[in-house]
Amino acid sequence: MSSIGPSLRARLSSTTAMVYGVLVVVIIVSVIIGATLGRNFFSQGNLTVLLTSTTVLGFVTIGQTLVILLGSLDLSVPFTVSISSVLAAGVMAGQPGNLLPGIITALAATTVIGLVNGLLVGLVKINGFIATLGVGLIVSGYLFTNYQGSTGKASPQLASLGDLTVGFVPVMTIVMALFFLAVVFFLTRTRTGMHTYAVGGDPAVARMSGVHNAVPIIVAHSLSGLFAGLAGLVIVARLGVGSPGVGTQGGYDLLSIAAVVLGGAVLAGGRGSLWGSLGGILIFACIDSVMGIMQLNPYLKDVVRGLVIIVAVAIYARRSVPVRISRFPASTVGSAASVKERDL
Amino acid sequence: MTAATSRYEAGRLPVARRTVRALATPGGAIYILLGVLLVLLFLYNPSLGESGQFMRFIGRTAPIAIVALGQYFVIVSGELDLSMGAVISAQVVLAGNLIGQHADRVLPVMVLMLVVGIVIGLLNGVLTTLFRVPSFIATLGTTLIVSGVTFYSTGGAPSGNPVDSFRAIGRAGIENVPLLGFVPYSVIILVVLVGVAIWLMRRPFGRLLLSVGDNQAATALTGASVWWLRTRGFILSSIASTIAAVILVGYAGVSPVVGQGYEFIAITAVVLGGVVLGGGRGWVLSAIAAAFALEVLFSLLDFVGVQSTWRPAVQGVIIVVALGAPLLRWHRGRRHSETTVAPSPSPGESVED
Repeated sequence: MSSIGPSLRARLSSTTAMVYGVLVVVIIVSVIIGATLGRNFFSQGNLTVLLTSTTVLGFVTIGQTLVILLGSLDLSVPFTVSISSVLAAGVMAGQPGNLLPGIITALAATTVIGLVNGLLVGLVKINGFIATLGVGLIVSGYLFTNYQGSTGKASPQLASLGDLTVGFVPVMTIVMALFFLAVVFFLTRTRTGMHTYAVGGDPAVARMSGVHNAVPIIVAHSLSGLFAGLAGLVIVARLGVGSPGVGTQGGYDLLSIAAVVLGGAVLAGGRGSLWGSLGGILIFACIDSVMGIMQLNPYLKDVVRGLVIIVAVAIYARRSVPVRISRFPASTVGSAASVKERDL
Repeated sequence: MTAATSRYEAGRLPVARRTVRALATPGGAIYILLGVLLVLLFLYNPSLGESGQFMRFIGRTAPIAIVALGQYFVIVSGELDLSMGAVISAQVVLAGNLIGQHADRVLPVMVLMLVVGIVIGLLNGVLTTLFRVPSFIATLGTTLIVSGVTFYSTGGAPSGNPVDSFRAIGRAGIENVPLLGFVPYSVIILVVLVGVAIWLMRRPFGRLLLSVGDNQAATALTGASVWWLRTRGFILSSIASTIAAVILVGYAGVSPVVGQGYEFIAITAVVLGGVVLGGGRGWVLSAIAAAFALEVLFSLLDFVGVQSTWRPAVQGVIIVVALGAPLLRWHRGRRHSETTVAPSPSPGESVED
């Protein structure tokens, strides 16, 4: 383990360094645009808004990172976020005493959804894209049949927690940061975490090296469900109610995948890091924030987001070609035979 | 199939045995499923047998079948096209705003739509191949850009319908056809497109497209231009979206949300038809049969009285069961027998790793 440690870390830091380079550029551009419009990008109010908008996507992206690292995808997250919000708000029903039951119900349900994803991908071996799409559709059928509009009410403690800030940092963002660090520890310091990278890099090699491939797959998908559930709780804390459409409106499936890829992870799995994903989320948040300052038409925001995703990933793709480990010097196969996408 | 050499012997298996073998693969089983669902649909709704009714039903499902057809070319080459829904919406809005009530503009605007479709497909293809942006991300990016522009130009609200002579492509048809009664233009378009697709897949282009999906490195070494093959796949996909949009204007009218969700329905249909995500395997006709099977199932659910909100759940269950069941059987078979599994002669095999 120790022998591959440094090289792995070096590889990650080089990609991650590039992500944060992009982030710095985005921040500088944001500050300049803010200044020309007579607004301070680093004002406390703006930073609080920025961090608040980061939190929900942040939770989803932590889970999505785990799943993408092992070469799968989680397309069920928007529906998982929604079901967490309606279950939590429904059980709490505005009663202070129902805080814990509400949280536990929501998180248990979403973790089970993630577990089902994991079992389908890890044991039945259905392609992750298809399995999570299928499970997501099943959950969405349940959601829209049983809930027509906003339901339930957040318990008062949760609602007040949603507005609470320490300095300019919202409490929910601090909670997210703690979970983030825990998952960083899981990925870099535990056996299952390392196996996640191994399975993502090459499932066949991982299997032949004695890894039980199903274990990291099931764990990562379950955690993705759990984190989508936490994102749903943050939404309930902020809105005060649960809603069956809140996840789909947020577009959390595609945005979280985009954030992970913006963070330098390879969609095919095996390469990337949580720190990179954090950079990806912050890039998104800065762009959103500066577009808010510019009072850009909301539809044009999507155009800008699309451009940023494509350009950033195209830049990463150019850079990562020479970084690739070459086993055969003066390769005849070379660039033409670049890694075949396994899952997509 | 005892020895590996038997695949190369002059005499092939008899047609009957080959058919049975093909039906046992996911790409073949979809025809059985489609047949069963059709019988059920006729039992629940005998009026479908009346003159022209069944043709109208096929006409309604034509857009989805056409979109699945386009997605097939992308998936079989090992990529994904998530931009289909956004392209459909954009084209519908384009037609609605530019044609308006001027019948003489129909042809020029349709040419323009085709050009827009080709440009978007080219963009998707070039981003994926030459700029090495994974197709999932590249087409997601173009989706955001295309739908952002569409919504911005319309303000998000539905607008007026274009002139009736344009909408007729999607709504009208040929009356008093012997045997069939009424044949919608959309059915004719679909039949022609299916014919073109089968022809394309038998051409060197189609063969190479399959081989790129199966093994990119080997195909590159044979001298084929990998990036141009895949890019043509993306262009075909965008053209399919454009044609589906022309038909949808007739059915659904002009709104920036017309195309929403079509990309996932298309992917579902293609995968259900036994085409392997990751490319290299699958038959175009099976993908279209799967698109029909999905639509037949949905109307069946309507007749049985299932709430329409359960539709996505049913779609989800089908995806998971249809793709999970054969894999489970295969794993079990391998665990119990020591002998190696003979390679399946049909292209519909759905085992990936």
